[in-house]
Amino acid sequence: MATTATEICAPDRRARRGSLLRRRLFDLVGWGSSALALLLLGGAMLWILGVVFLRGLSALSPTILTHVTEGYGGGLLNAIEGTAVLALGGVLLAAVPGLAAGIYLAEFDAGRLAPFIRFLADVLVGVPSIVIGYFGYVTLVVDLGWKFSVAAGSLALAIISLPYICRTTEMALRQVPRALRESAYALGAGDARVVLGICLPAALPGILTGILLALAISVGETAPLLYTAGWSNYLWTGHLTNEPIGYLTYAIWAFITEPFSSAHALAYAAALLVTLFVLIISILSRTILEGWRRRSPWERPAL
Amino acid sequence: MNFRRFTALVGSIVGVALIVMVAFLGIYAWPAIRFNGWHFLTQNNWNLGNLYANPITIRGQQILPAAHYGILFLIAGTLLSTAIAISLAVPVGVGAAIFLAEGTPPMLRSWVSLFVELLAAIPSVVYGLWGYVVVIPFLSHRVYPWMAKYLGFIPFLGGHTGSGYGLLTCGLVLTLMIVPLITATLRDALVSQGASRREAAVALGASRFETVWTVLLPEVRRVLIGSSILATGRALGETMAVLMISGNAVNYLPHNIYAPISTMASFIVSQLDSALTDPTGMAVRALAEVALALCLISILVNGLARVLLYYQDRHSAGV
Repeated sequence: MATTATEICAPDRRARRGSLLRRRLFDLVGWGSSALALLLLGGAMLWILGVVFLRGLSALSPTILTHVTEGYGGGLLNAIEGTAVLALGGVLLAAVPGLAAGIYLAEFDAGRLAPFIRFLADVLVGVPSIVIGYFGYVTLVVDLGWKFSVAAGSLALAIISLPYICRTTEMALRQVPRALRESAYALGAGDARVVLGICLPAALPGILTGILLALAISVGETAPLLYTAGWSNYLWTGHLTNEPIGYLTYAIWAFITEPFSSAHALAYAAALLVTLFVLIISILSRTILEGWRRRSPWERPAL
Repeated sequence: MNFRRFTALVGSIVGVALIVMVAFLGIYAWPAIRFNGWHFLTQNNWNLGNLYANPITIRGQQILPAAHYGILFLIAGTLLSTAIAISLAVPVGVGAAIFLAEGTPPMLRSWVSLFVELLAAIPSVVYGLWGYVVVIPFLSHRVYPWMAKYLGFIPFLGGHTGSGYGLLTCGLVLTLMIVPLITATLRDALVSQGASRREAAVALGASRFETVWTVLLPEVRRVLIGSSILATGRALGETMAVLMISGNAVNYLPHNIYAPISTMASFIVSQLDSALTDPTGMAVRALAEVALALCLISILVNGLARVLLYYQDRHSAGV
């Protein structure tokens, strides 16, 4: 029977030494596996970028940038033009409703529609893009008879862009301090002037980030365009309907499975262009956002 | 009309778009829904029927003789590839988020995070290209034979490893595509946890990792669950990458983890051309039914995730 202090503490101390070892081990395994997880992701990113950049750069040539596609060779000028037209068209179509929804959610939060719009926008972000593409095919291409066209492709991309523009606009407007609005209202400005004249300019970098993000997503999309925009080897002649149009992501998907090295070159070059554009836009928008947050005058402590 | 009404009216396009989409897909798919009934989800026989025969009428719908539309193999392929992806993505995502939030100096953190999270910005079709060109040869020649040989005693890991196009390849590539969603959200949540809890844990003698594991991580579990469900939704609907690396099996249930599959999203792309050869149009409507089912699943999954995340926001805002 343990009576002295040493005897009472002895087994305890041994147990504690064991548990200390176990704790050290737990720490080591914990940090080790989380570092491994991060290394895995970084390694995969390097691998993807390596493949895209190495093969893309060796495939890229002036011909590809200045000629249209001919069979399984030629260039990608038609696809570059098409991607620009479709993505800009989609973002332009989505800008006004997206901004309006963002303004409504941020400024008139008490409105009865706000929770519904917010929820539906968040769910719309998660709807697979192929579903949006098939919806476009069924309604625009078939029912309205637009055929594969710029209008159908841009509308599909607009639906995809809407929730991004809406939610980033809302977030950006929420960063604008209440005092700014109150002073504007106190000076007698109406809703429209307060939002458009005061809040929107103050939140512009954040809103711009959302629009850039939507643009990057539109440039990288394939599935919603396959059955709305189609594919064309020629430059766009300006018709909104009844004329299919090419785009870069289609070239990646369609040409890599062809057995010709000229087709592979087009696919790699297209992959390089798309990835480069998307990465630049993503980094740019992140830089804008962080610079804005750091500089924003209303985050300085009041004197 | 005042400005507030105007923004409400124009802004509601965002919500209306989703409702209109579900409604139109439903209307377009209705004849197929009537014809297929529940067999659509439980049978494994996607068959356009005899394309050269005269259409017949069954249950009020004009179809080709012997036409059947059962998508059990698509549901299996979608759920299995997503299950593999999410079960790999959660541990990797949590590990990376812990290391980014707690193990990386703040100076480096934003750059390393950006680099890893750009994985989410890379277009799906580029993942498909990467998978098709380098990952499939690598996995099918080096990794899968090794796995089948040494891990073959585990059910579904043994047997014929096939060409590399298939379930596990899809699962692995999908993992990379959805991990950044989990990592980014969780890292933000961990970084924004207040200093007081950390200090309390350290004062009780916890090491840094113990603080993260036993104090901070339980605090953000709702964020973890929410972002994992969002990531699940993304994996369920991924199209182009899966299309290029899944093998696009039709009417085939995978017998092991290497077997070719097809998912609902990729099937819509791969089958529309052949569906258009059906003169009755029923095949195109059946594909619309696939799209509708996929849409409803993703609405369900995303709705659930959003409800959880809203709840967490309100919860943490109230504390």
